[in-house]
Amino acid sequence: MTATIDLEVREGVDRETVETVQSMGSYKYGWDTEIEMDYAPKGLNEDIVRLISQKNEEPEWMLEWRLEAYRRWITMTEPKWAMLNYPEIDYQDQYYYARPKSMEVKPKSLDEVDPKLLATYEKLGIPLKEQMILAGVEGALPSPGVDMAIAASEGRRVAVDAVFDSVSVGTTFKDELAKAGVIFCSISEAIREHPELVKKYLGSVVPQSDNYFATLNSAVFSDGSFVYVPKGVKCPMELSTYFRINAENTGQFERTLIIADKGSHVSYLEGCTAPKRDTHQLHAAVVEIVVLEDAEVKYSTVQNWYPGDEEGKGGIYNFVTKRADCREARAKVMWTQVETGSAITWKYPSCILRGDESQGEFYSIAIANNMQQADTGTKMIHLGRNTRSRIVSKGISAGKAQNTYRGLVTMHPRATNSRNYTQCDSLLIGDQCGAHTVPYIEVKNTSSRVEHEATTSKVDDDQLFYCRQRGMDEEEAVALVVNGFCREVLQALPMEFAMEAQSLVAISLEGSVG
Amino acid sequence: MLKIDNLHVKLEEEDKQILKGLSLEIPAGQVHAIMGPNGSGKSTLSYVLSGRDGYEVTEGSATLDGQSLLDMEPEQRASAGLFLAFQYPVEIPGVGNMTFLRTAVNAQRKARGEAELSSGDFLKLVRAKAAELQISPEMLKRPVNVGFSGGEKKRNEILQMAMLEPRMCIMDETDSGLDVDAMRLVSDGVNALRSPDRSFLVITHYQRLLNHIQPDVVHIMANGRIVKSGGPELALQVEEEGYGDLLAEAG
Ligand SMILES: Nc1ncnc2c1ncn2[C@@H]1O[C@H](COP(=O)(O)OP(=O)(O)OP(=O)(O)O)[C@@H](O)[C@H]1O
Ligand SMILES: [Mg+2]
Repeated sequence: MTATIDLEVREGVDRETVETVQSMGSYKYGWDTEIEMDYAPKGLNEDIVRLISQKNEEPEWMLEWRLEAYRRWITMTEPKWAMLNYPEIDYQDQYYYARPKSMEVKPKSLDEVDPKLLATYEKLGIPLKEQMILAGVEGALPSPGVDMAIAASEGRRVAVDAVFDSVSVGTTFKDELAKAGVIFCSISEAIREHPELVKKYLGSVVPQSDNYFATLNSAVFSDGSFVYVPKGVKCPMELSTYFRINAENTGQFERTLIIADKGSHVSYLEGCTAPKRDTHQLHAAVVEIVVLEDAEVKYSTVQNWYPGDEEGKGGIYNFVTKRADCREARAKVMWTQVETGSAITWKYPSCILRGDESQGEFYSIAIANNMQQADTGTKMIHLGRNTRSRIVSKGISAGKAQNTYRGLVTMHPRATNSRNYTQCDSLLIGDQCGAHTVPYIEVKNTSSRVEHEATTSKVDDDQLFYCRQRGMDEEEAVALVVNGFCREVLQALPMEFAMEAQSLVAISLEGSVG
Repeated sequence: MLKIDNLHVKLEEEDKQILKGLSLEIPAGQVHAIMGPNGSGKSTLSYVLSGRDGYEVTEGSATLDGQSLLDMEPEQRASAGLFLAFQYPVEIPGVGNMTFLRTAVNAQRKARGEAELSSGDFLKLVRAKAAELQISPEMLKRPVNVGFSGGEKKRNEILQMAMLEPRMCIMDETDSGLDVDAMRLVSDGVNALRSPDRSFLVITHYQRLLNHIQPDVVHIMANGRIVKSGGPELALQVEEEGYGDLLAEAG
């Protein structure tokens, strides 16, 4: 019987998807919030770094850390090896800090948060009131948050940290999580309240000097989320962060740090949207995950930044460094990403499999339509013995888009008896787009094995005709076929995100046929 | 119901005429069978009627209840009640059979301005119809036609037909590759759907099917045309004598 119920739920989700798609236009999150903002002066220098640190009321050590990163960054050059074409970014022509005026005095609870901000998240469907979460949100637009609302109405709960431009607006369910010993708060708060944890782990996975964008982030990150799950604790609910870029000409540089102590479990979701703007906006985030002995972290992203218009005007430049360190034995991490937005995506969520028998998984859907360019993939660095990794990548290109999978699998000499399996499938819609697969494989011991499979296919006319003969219009047919192509990855997502992800897949491809 | 008049069809890509003045009329409630040698254009006819790309109609017309089919998109024809059970059903990896069915049923209902089926009603209906065709719940869950045996694919086509309740059903060699029991299941399924306001066009090579599904008229098609029409006895004649004499007689 459970199988049937499961089936019904899945069918329900699929169905909802199609309905959601039908009720939506192209980019639904493109509206902006009119709100008074405090900006740091345009441009980047040591004073700006100091200002950000001061706005966050940081201790001296944090400022020093940032300055060190900044001094490093000015000696570095932007990497150019990715298959991405974009005009020179003027780093002095950006705001590095933008905060709603109403957030100047930190609200003590969500009740004190500016109603305009709350309304923004409500419109996005992100439940920010705990009672609302319990009751389920009624009448919310179909949007990223609706899944959470549905999850909530079914009795599953999701704690949310909401980041608006440079600051965290609020975090739900903090008290209840605290009872379980879980710390879930903004990173700025963690720096103030839990300096011992932050000092110990910040930069321990992605060092300040890691790469151009990560170093920039280390200097100017303004907020982000912090999670600590203590020994042996299974986090009682899903955690999530919802990023919203609102201000114009403002970069968003968030930093997320997740620590799963020995034997703990946590599932974390990340969502992001931005208004339609004619100019490109910079987003350079860093996510660090530390996984200790026997702990498990599942990190899911639905990236839906504004992709720009059909001619490639506007859209987010997304340069993200995400890395998990399975530091001890049997640690496990699973990255799942659905990348549909951004004009440029440069992102390689990676796993360092240091502990013996540790495991890393990477499931990815990357969709590029119109003028979008995506260069994304993963790195699996096998350092420990008997380590396992699995990569499933589904790239979909439509319009004039370019989509590149770039992956690295390394088996170090000590990583004996380790295994990697990589499957990399590309789907092309139309004949003006491109799909590229760039796998790097290094095996430095004799007992480990790496398997790589890759396919490239086109959306099949016979499949589309079959669907249309049964009554679906062309877009619905494409959505169905593409969702089928992505099924394996969609199934790796938590239920809370599955529906959103499916509808996004369809929406991102609108106008790609006919 | 279905009226085809002097239909001429060539391939879009090359200069090859496939249908050469085909005329056919199927009144409501009737079952017509088409038999004919390989390559005579039977599948082409079914594709042109349902709107597949790649063909060009150079002359003639085809109407469903007086409405010209040839100007409509495939999905509009489907919602108008035209259904094609494919000679080679298509596989769609990753898409659950049930999802596919429900999306199709509701797309058509929506196009006709009817309320969509609730998930409860849909499930009840699909389970009952699947059971009649001995399609297991497990098969409903699997991706559309992927890894289905030939016979399973054909039964799945009939399940779709039963769920969509089309008014004009075209079945292209649905009996090919069916075992004896499956043939009975499929025929029973079709017979259950027979009604005064539903018509069938059954393309087949074997008179065997027509023992189960009694046709009102049998047409012989050759070289892009109907060359002879008659009663069920025509199918028997084909079975016994082959096409030789029939075609010679028709010139
Ligand atoms: N796309 C195409 N390209 C080339 N030839 C085609 C194409 N479609 C149909 N034909 C040709 O048109 C003729 C009719 O084909 P069709 O499939 O309609 O025959 P049929 O009567 O259904 O045959 P069978 O009994 O074998 O199923 C054949 O000669 C076939 O090769
Ligand atoms: Mg045929």
